[in-house]
Amino acid sequence: MSRDRRHAYWRTNLRYLAVLLFIWFAVSFGCGILFVEQLDQIRIGGFGLGFWFAQQGSIYCFVLLILAYVWLMNRADKKFESRKQEPGV
Amino acid sequence: MNVQAWTFVMVAFSFALYIGVAIWARAGSTGEFYVAGGKVSPLTNGLATAADWMSAASFISMAGIISFMGRDGSVYLMGWTGGYVLLALLLAPYLRKFGKYTVPDFVGDRYYSQIARVVAVVCAIFVSFTYVAGQMRGVGIVFSRFLDVGINEGVLIGMAIVFFYAVLGGMKGITYTQVAQYCVLIFAFMVPAIYISIMITGQPVPQLGFGSTLADGSGVYLLERLDGLSQQLGFAAYTAGGKSTQDLFFITAALMVGTAGLPHVLVRFYTVPKVSGARSSAGWALLFIALLYTTAPAVAAFARTNLLSVIPEIAYTDVPEWFSKWESTGLIRFDDKNGDGHIQYTGPASDVENELTIDRDIMVLANPEIAQLPAWVVGLVAAGGLAAALSTAAGLLLVISSAVAHDLLKRTFRPNITDKGELLVARIAAGLAVCVAGYFGINPPGFVAQVVAFAFGLAAASFFPVILLGIFWKRANDRGAIAGMISGIGFTAGYIVYFKFMNPELNSAAHWLFGISPEGIGTFGMMINFAVAISVSLLTPPPPAAVQELVEEIRLPDHIGPAHELSA
Repeated sequence: MSRDRRHAYWRTNLRYLAVLLFIWFAVSFGCGILFVEQLDQIRIGGFGLGFWFAQQGSIYCFVLLILAYVWLMNRADKKFESRKQEPGV
Repeated sequence: MNVQAWTFVMVAFSFALYIGVAIWARAGSTGEFYVAGGKVSPLTNGLATAADWMSAASFISMAGIISFMGRDGSVYLMGWTGGYVLLALLLAPYLRKFGKYTVPDFVGDRYYSQIARVVAVVCAIFVSFTYVAGQMRGVGIVFSRFLDVGINEGVLIGMAIVFFYAVLGGMKGITYTQVAQYCVLIFAFMVPAIYISIMITGQPVPQLGFGSTLADGSGVYLLERLDGLSQQLGFAAYTAGGKSTQDLFFITAALMVGTAGLPHVLVRFYTVPKVSGARSSAGWALLFIALLYTTAPAVAAFARTNLLSVIPEIAYTDVPEWFSKWESTGLIRFDDKNGDGHIQYTGPASDVENELTIDRDIMVLANPEIAQLPAWVVGLVAAGGLAAALSTAAGLLLVISSAVAHDLLKRTFRPNITDKGELLVARIAAGLAVCVAGYFGINPPGFVAQVVAFAFGLAAASFFPVILLGIFWKRANDRGAIAGMISGIGFTAGYIVYFKFMNPELNSAAHWLFGISPEGIGTFGMMINFAVAISVSLLTPPPPAAVQELVEEIRLPDHIGPAHELSA
């Protein structure tokens, strides 16, 4: 793989990381710690929303974030692999 | 059959299963001993990682701690799961691409320095021993309560079992026993949780029952009832937090980053065949972990509600059977201060003096009895607690053994040793490590979760920054990494020792640095590590071209540049 394509692959990866880690920070440190009191004003069943994020919701989001990354990177791997055979690469 | 007979049956059956699996999956080479030959499927590795990861602290202590901490308990829930996101996104795929056997292997090769390798080995051994001591203690508690043997004899029995399959099977044996142990522990955790959820809220899914109304027809939400009961007795409301925001922030971050830096977790990602497998097995692992981690806070709330509705103001002569049994282990203590023969259990805001001390570690183990579940469920929980403790202990012992045999002996002092000789040394080292762990289990430096929590701070402050920089910053060099690791772990260990062992009387928010407790200081240690590693790297020459090429290489998935073959 050429130097350019390597860099393109790495940049794609870094872009995914930035977005997913932002969500990671927002659901845990944001909703579960920094804004927990404000979110607790909203109630879902017996839970205040902040309490729910702190003890349940953030964990569900973590699982989804990893699954999203697995899917995105498998797609990226395929894309970059399929062009490997092109002449001149 | 009574509780004790059931416990014997459950424990004996599960032990026989582990030994059977271990004999079936013996290790024949160092590759199999260290990383199971690199041939474990992502799903299997996910199961094994989950069992490896969920220790006696997760199974036995965590729900109990949350039930006493209320909302603040979320530091453990988020901290011990959020780290997997960092692991899957920032570390695991690249470590797998790099290949080899251990975390010090990566540090030593990436930073082209034997000193960096040895510093990493020392950090790995230090972190793992801190952690393993807590596991052996957990084993002792389960044995002493359910099988009527002393805590010390319990630790010895646990040692013998771990010795058998870790020394014989290495990573290969451990991986497959951990799969069995995950099944035992998750079943043992879920069955009582579902039972209790149905009893209290009529809702079979504990995660939903947690937010439902009570089954007594009153229409009151469980959490409202719990807040009411707590405040009535002078405790803080369950759903309100007590810790300062910055302390919560730092503790959560230390646990997350520590999770991503723990050598026994990192090494698991060397066992899958491909880079994509490393990513997906982190996903599987977190899914299996989340099953327990989203149930635990529900169990905590149920247990607290049960406890607060049964115990306060009960006459001492009328206490339930479980109360007397735990009292005999010394983990529940009642001191009738006003001499009225009734148990007053009150919080700091009450006028009535509290007369009851309950060890937080017993909540999960006592829960089925408090809720009056059938005897076989109680026995199952005991087997689950042992599965959790043993699976983690085995993973840690393997890290210690590979650190000694592979990183120190083979890579540092005796590069010419044969594969057979190295395997023998690895087995002897695992055996010795079991004995040291057992010693700490019998003479523990603190209770289970507390000891374990410090291991995270130390891992966060040592490994995470140098591995991350090693992958994402080509300019990071040997001197930066060494200085970073030493300053990070040195600062963190010093802070913990200062407040926990030298001056425990000063251990309060007023004396802490920026209001950060010793549990959360690892985050600060990590920042120091980053700052030192980056500045020292910039002031000293960049790494050689070959190393920069290696970094380029590990950033690409395996079919573009092949994953390194597993040969020593």
